Amino acid sequence: MNTILRHKGWIWGFRSTVLLYFIMLIVLPLLGVYFNSFSLGWSMFVESVSDPIAWKSVLLTLKLAVIATLINVVIGTMIAWVLNRYSFFGRSILNSLVDLPFALPTAVGGLMILLLLGPGSFIGSIAESLGFEIVFHQPAIVIAMVFVTFPFVIRAVQPLLEEIDPSEEEAAYTMGASGSRVFRKVFLPSMAPGMISGGMLAFSRALAEFGAVVLVAGNIPGRTLIASVFIYGEVESDNAAGAAAVSIILLTLSFSILWCINLVQMRGRRS
Amino acid sequence: MHIEVRNLNKHFGDFHAVKDVSFDIEKGHLIGLLGPSGGGKTSILRMLAGLEGLDSGEIRFHGKLVNALPPQERGIGFVFQNYALFKHMTVFDNIAFGLKVKKIPSAKVKSRVMELVELTGLKGFEKRYPHQLSGGQRQRVAFARALAPEPQLLLLDEPFAAIDAKIRQELRTWLKDLIERVGITSIFVTHDQDEAIEVADEIMIINQGRVEQKGTPWDIYKEPKTPFVATFIGESTLIDHVSDLKGFEEIKKDSGTRALIRPEYIEVGHEHEFILASATEAGIIRHLHFRGSEWLVEVEVAGHKLITYRSLEKETLSIGQEVRVLVHRAYLFNEERSWIMENRLKDVPVSMMI
Amino acid sequence: MKKYWITLTYIVFIVLIIIPLLKIGSGAFSEGFSGWKDSLIRPEAIHALLVTGLVVVVVTCINTLFGVMMAIYLVRSHWLSRKIKSFLNSLVDLPYAVSPVIGGLMIVLLLGPESIMGGFFENIGFRVVYAFPGMVIATLFVTFPLMVREVMPVLQEIGAQQEEAASTLGAYGWTTFWKVTWPSIQWAVLYGVVLTVARSLGEFGAVLVVSGNIMNKTQTATTLVYQDVENFNVIAANSVALVLAAISIGLLLMMEWTKRRKGVS
Repeated sequence: MNTILRHKGWIWGFRSTVLLYFIMLIVLPLLGVYFNSFSLGWSMFVESVSDPIAWKSVLLTLKLAVIATLINVVIGTMIAWVLNRYSFFGRSILNSLVDLPFALPTAVGGLMILLLLGPGSFIGSIAESLGFEIVFHQPAIVIAMVFVTFPFVIRAVQPLLEEIDPSEEEAAYTMGASGSRVFRKVFLPSMAPGMISGGMLAFSRALAEFGAVVLVAGNIPGRTLIASVFIYGEVESDNAAGAAAVSIILLTLSFSILWCINLVQMRGRRS
Repeated sequence: MHIEVRNLNKHFGDFHAVKDVSFDIEKGHLIGLLGPSGGGKTSILRMLAGLEGLDSGEIRFHGKLVNALPPQERGIGFVFQNYALFKHMTVFDNIAFGLKVKKIPSAKVKSRVMELVELTGLKGFEKRYPHQLSGGQRQRVAFARALAPEPQLLLLDEPFAAIDAKIRQELRTWLKDLIERVGITSIFVTHDQDEAIEVADEIMIINQGRVEQKGTPWDIYKEPKTPFVATFIGESTLIDHVSDLKGFEEIKKDSGTRALIRPEYIEVGHEHEFILASATEAGIIRHLHFRGSEWLVEVEVAGHKLITYRSLEKETLSIGQEVRVLVHRAYLFNEERSWIMENRLKDVPVSMMI
Repeated sequence: MKKYWITLTYIVFIVLIIIPLLKIGSGAFSEGFSGWKDSLIRPEAIHALLVTGLVVVVVTCINTLFGVMMAIYLVRSHWLSRKIKSFLNSLVDLPYAVSPVIGGLMIVLLLGPESIMGGFFENIGFRVVYAFPGMVIATLFVTFPLMVREVMPVLQEIGAQQEEAASTLGAYGWTTFWKVTWPSIQWAVLYGVVLTVARSLGEFGAVLVVSGNIMNKTQTATTLVYQDVENFNVIAANSVALVLAAISIGLLLMMEWTKRRKGVS
């Protein structure tokens, strides 16, 4: 076995198989989308994108993803702080539960939100009696996005909190700094890179989210139709080129975010 | 094994790490590669092991070209700086690894491992894992593991760097004894000159990818071939205008010649302590440091600060005191050459004194 | 102050995670145990769960193999220049940034019946899109980074020295991998496997687009949940969702366990 595997041909075979697999699986499809959306010419692309339903869905996705991300940065930082700094009953269980939205199928997540906030539910009926609708409206989409991206900020901030040298905090106290001042001057700057990179991850995931959202969004063009659901609709109605056109807007946006995250992380590593 | 290296070159990107290195190592010798960090020592060692490819040049073991040979087939043992022990294997399995790979029958593996365990003083630790051992013990395991397959050449990369200063001394002597007993050709890399001088039969000074000098520790100390070697080995003071010093006036000021003077080239004391008082000149004691076994004296002579030692047996000096200073010799160098010059006045015939 | 924060944390967890989970459970059993069982033994439910299981197994096997090898090449290989490695390394993350729906769309565009490649496969009687292979490819795409990203940091941390030591002791690549590298990365690989299983089990968007969601043929558990919800068959949706949620929680526990093992070794 060993002597056979030592043969040069095998080694090169392995190497090219793995690289080929990688390129076929990741790179080729991506190029395919870009190629396809321009295949019918630039004017078709502009036409697809300038369809009000299309660009409104992209704008709506952006808006809701920003809101969801902000909520997550606040909640996530708080939870990371509480889970790392305080010891209390049930801490380790909560800490494991953080990852549940990653482990849970997103469609199940969507269903959960639907059940929780839907017309027949307790919260849903309260909201309804107050003249406030959640499910099939924008709040539900935001909640779905928050649920799905819940772990990102927490998991990005926690390691940074662990790394903080306790003597830094103690030093600040010995210099007479108050609790809130220490938080602002010592902890917040240390957590900031995690809040930013976690927030960006959450944002790009929220932009891309489909499963959880499609179940709770009303999919009314311009009001509750987000980009990924719009793309799905276009695919279903056999308008692949239109779907591809909107896709590359979303893709380009996501790639630039990914690139920013890499930059932030690289800078964090250097400092 | 006899090793020949010819015109070895290695680039890492734009960085020329090893430049035209050539040397020979005789069978059974223990060689120290000494030089500052980043000087290319480790690269040379890794190329000998086959862990690093070479850009050009030749490496021959026993006259056989091994350039294209992978590390597995070179018959070498390698001890890594951080030991690189297999952390999920016991001491026994670590040492046995190279033997098992060669499909040696297990009874034989066992006896060979036990022999090495005995030799390296690890008896009783066979069942432990690397993280349960002290630094010195890990080093011994790494050593035993490298020796187990009976290599022809042992390569050691900074073998003592990660060990406490106290145990380091003991391990050095142990290693030297052991290598002598096993009789294996060995090369080790170090940036610590004391270590190289103490352990090695021969030293190669490597700087900026070049071999500056190769020789016994004593030869290198006595006759450094390049200014770098002179500054790197031993302590020394660099003097720009050596003609200011008595006995060296003939070196012209503008000739670009500079001098290195070792502490032990200088004698300092009261006038009556010198036989050849005429060769001495006046100096003022600037600082005195107690070094445990001697005084380290900083003395100012003709505007130059010189450093020397003084025995504790002699009369104690004090700061600010005027003393006589005798510079026995200086290591001189300019852009073309370097040489050692004895103090002129010391050579003056005895009749002068009478 | 501290108590206030802890309470707030509990509230977030209870509202966002625990109550919804309980809701699924109560929803599934709202017509008793038999209601749950009846929903699950529907032929389309059994078929969907089987398809999901098959996709999970195939995808996990393929991506574990290629993910580990890709990680080793990206960290260790000398035959790729550093620039190419860092370029490939940044490409690995792309599926994270791609919406699953777009991931599915890409495969439809590339391998669908109207495309060149898809047409070719169709001619030799091999259907990719709207069939099992397409679903596998879509899931492979989505889960590819998980294994690579788990194994790479471990390989970087342990360094190449143990492997180099093995090579100077006469061991070749294969022996070195199994005897030296594998024991160090095994827990990371297992963690990657659990993540890949979780992700491929739950994949919805990409599979929905690629599979066409044909009942009893290409329907998976998650797309069945979607269809049941669309048909207002809430109990059925809950029943299948409960099974998926239970598996997810099991996987979560496994993640915790392997994470701890990873930390120990």
